[in-house]
Amino acid sequence: MTNPSPNLKPLVLVVDDYDDAREMYAEYLEFSGFRVAQARNGQEALDQAFALTPDIILMDLSLPIIDGWEATRRLKNDDRTRAIPVVALTGHAMTGQSDEAKGAGCDSFVTKPCLPDELVAEVRHILAQRGVAVSH
Amino acid sequence: MASPVPVAPDPVTSADARLALAEQLLACDTARACAEAVVAWLPRHAQAVASACLAREEPGGRMGCLAAKGLSDAQHTALKAWSDDDVSHPLADVLAQAAPRFFPSARAPLPSPGPGGLLAVPLGRPGSPPVGLLLVWASGPTPPPEVAWVAGSVGPFLARQATSGPLGASGSALFRRIIDAVTDPVLLTDLEGRPRLANARAEALLVAHPDASHGRRRAVHLNQRVFSTAVASTASGGVPGLSWREIPLVDPVEGLDLLFELVSTRVYEPDGREAMVSVLRNVTDLGRATQALGESYRRLRATEREARSERHRLDRVLDSVADPIILSDPSGGTVMMNEPAEKLFTLPLDGGRAAQRRVRTNHATFASFLANLLDGGSNLRWRGQLSLMDPASGDTLPVEAVASKVLGDSGELTGIVTLFRDRGEALAKARLLERLKEVSTLLEARVQVATAELAEQNEKLRRQAIQLEQASAAKSQFLANMSHEFRTPLNAILGYTNMLLQGVSGELTPPQKRNLARIDSNGRHLLEVINEILDITRIEAGRMPLHLSDFGIPELLHEVMAEMDPIIARSKLTVSTQLGAKLPPVHSDRQKVKQIVLNLLSNALKFTHEGGVKVLAEYAPSTSMLTICVEDSGIGIDPAYQQKIFEDFQQVDSSPTRAYGGTGLGLSICRRLADMLGGRVSLQSTPGQGSTFTLHFPRRPRRT
Repeated sequence: MTNPSPNLKPLVLVVDDYDDAREMYAEYLEFSGFRVAQARNGQEALDQAFALTPDIILMDLSLPIIDGWEATRRLKNDDRTRAIPVVALTGHAMTGQSDEAKGAGCDSFVTKPCLPDELVAEVRHILAQRGVAVSH
Repeated sequence: MASPVPVAPDPVTSADARLALAEQLLACDTARACAEAVVAWLPRHAQAVASACLAREEPGGRMGCLAAKGLSDAQHTALKAWSDDDVSHPLADVLAQAAPRFFPSARAPLPSPGPGGLLAVPLGRPGSPPVGLLLVWASGPTPPPEVAWVAGSVGPFLARQATSGPLGASGSALFRRIIDAVTDPVLLTDLEGRPRLANARAEALLVAHPDASHGRRRAVHLNQRVFSTAVASTASGGVPGLSWREIPLVDPVEGLDLLFELVSTRVYEPDGREAMVSVLRNVTDLGRATQALGESYRRLRATEREARSERHRLDRVLDSVADPIILSDPSGGTVMMNEPAEKLFTLPLDGGRAAQRRVRTNHATFASFLANLLDGGSNLRWRGQLSLMDPASGDTLPVEAVASKVLGDSGELTGIVTLFRDRGEALAKARLLERLKEVSTLLEARVQVATAELAEQNEKLRRQAIQLEQASAAKSQFLANMSHEFRTPLNAILGYTNMLLQGVSGELTPPQKRNLARIDSNGRHLLEVINEILDITRIEAGRMPLHLSDFGIPELLHEVMAEMDPIIARSKLTVSTQLGAKLPPVHSDRQKVKQIVLNLLSNALKFTHEGGVKVLAEYAPSTSMLTICVEDSGIGIDPAYQQKIFEDFQQVDSSPTRAYGGTGLGLSICRRLADMLGGRVSLQSTPGQGSTFTLHFPRRPRRT
């Protein structure tokens, strides 16, 4: 994928309806050198994704309006957003959720609680696979 | 008896010689005299070397040599040995053929002195079977010429002698006619039974005509022997007067067996000799009648015997029937009864007045029952329920009686057969059956009640099962939700703490850092508890399925060590792994095995302060079981707690002020996971010395 603005820091879209978690990850990502966009539900996530074309999306699965699975499916079915890697975040650790997330098109799966530094490490890891330049 | 033979003058010419012989023969009254005349004549007038005349001296006698001349001793002996019974002899053949035959010297049947042959000429009436043989030994190979004439002359004489016997010629014709007129055979014999005089009827039986067939002659010969033996035995018996006996003879003409009554009486002939007069009376028919009578008598006896045995058999058959049977005559009188019937209708041997009265009652009951059939109605059968009494005990015997008429050939009543059947047993059976039915109904009702109860219970259980299932599902859902609800805030707590500790919000003072570290540590503990509760919930809800794969134990242990490395480094303990020889690849749930080992190792590190921890992996091919031991030199576990620590939320010290952290759920999860692998976790421990936890699990999960 080619970043539309290669000189800018990678843009991370953080989708979570739980404000404390979303803002925590956003703050830490910015602290870690990323640009961050935020969405509180699946619909906002889709709008933001189409509008901003982020480099990576952190998607909580339990979301109001449109849940994370459905939002991921729509993103992966759209040519504009298909290539954006989606990291699924869930507080439900039940077996089967990771498979379901992968089925919806998620590229990675992270169980909450996930410490901010661990999440950032995962983001860097995936972006490095995609050849996106990440500053430290 | 031979008569003196007159000596004839020697004839001069052949014709004279012939005339002389003819006159001489006419004068002869016996066969022997004739024979002697002939054998004397032949050498003189017919150039015969030797001659012999063979004939029967008396009728029915043996053919023998009556006279011979010029014979050698050898020839005499040979002739004596000869018998006309020997039918294979050449001379017998001459007799049978009734034709002269010349035997050349070499083939002569009797010894021949010279070169000449033997001429055998049969003697008798022309056209009739021969009665004798004339044997002439010739000097040359040709028969002497006069022999044929001599044979032709003497033959009829000998034949007449053979027929009529010695007395034939001399008996008075009137006397002869008188005795011939007697229809019974009459004979005068000597004491040996040889006939001297026989009437026509006797001759027919005892004298063979020369022209009779062989069969007739045999029959006559047989008759002669039987007769003479009988007469001789009578004569030698010395009983004076009449003697009576029966003799079996054969009719020579018909060949039938006849039976004669022989009456013999001893008489004196005019010449003073003793003789026997025998009269035979044909009793054949009488004998047959007697025999037939005997036969029919015998049959009668046999039939009677048969009837008796038939009756006997019938008695036995009737007695063998267990039910009483009575046969009555048309008037109702008892003809016979079998043994079971006798017990009811006859007085027992030791029966008293009471028994007598009961038998009479039974008889009366039976008679009134029988009257139903005897009233002249057209019923062939009558059935009734009678109440008889046991004569011995007086017990009432309910019986069913069936009486059937026995009809003769023309449909007349000849008897009545009555059969009694004991109803006591049937009644008892019926009562039993009734009782059985009652019990059965009762049982059925009970079974129905029980079945209904069971069904109700089943329904209750089913509902309970559904409720339980629902409750279980609800619990699982609740725990899952709760876990989510726990995690969300915990995520923020741990996240912000982590950020603060990293200095995202600026540098912290050491006390702040220490306090934040405590928040962090307690938050992690809380997370651990939540995770473990979640694990147990998932296992119990069946939502942690087995994920089987092939993997190696060494690699797995290496991974565990790597993950535990930070804790090991902090603990300052010696931790070593030891792999048994020939550890095979394993087909099991890798994640669960790893989780168990991690858990055991983390426990060992937690409860060991000095010394070390050893991890040993081994394989037992005999049982296909793998063992992974985690051996520590820690505080050990009191035997009283060794079982308890595998339970939920249990530590040796479960008090809130306990010295060791942890949820107390680790071993209980290990136990559950090992169960799922088809294995178990065992413990050996001595307090103060250390503990060894061992995971046993099969190389491949066993099919269940």
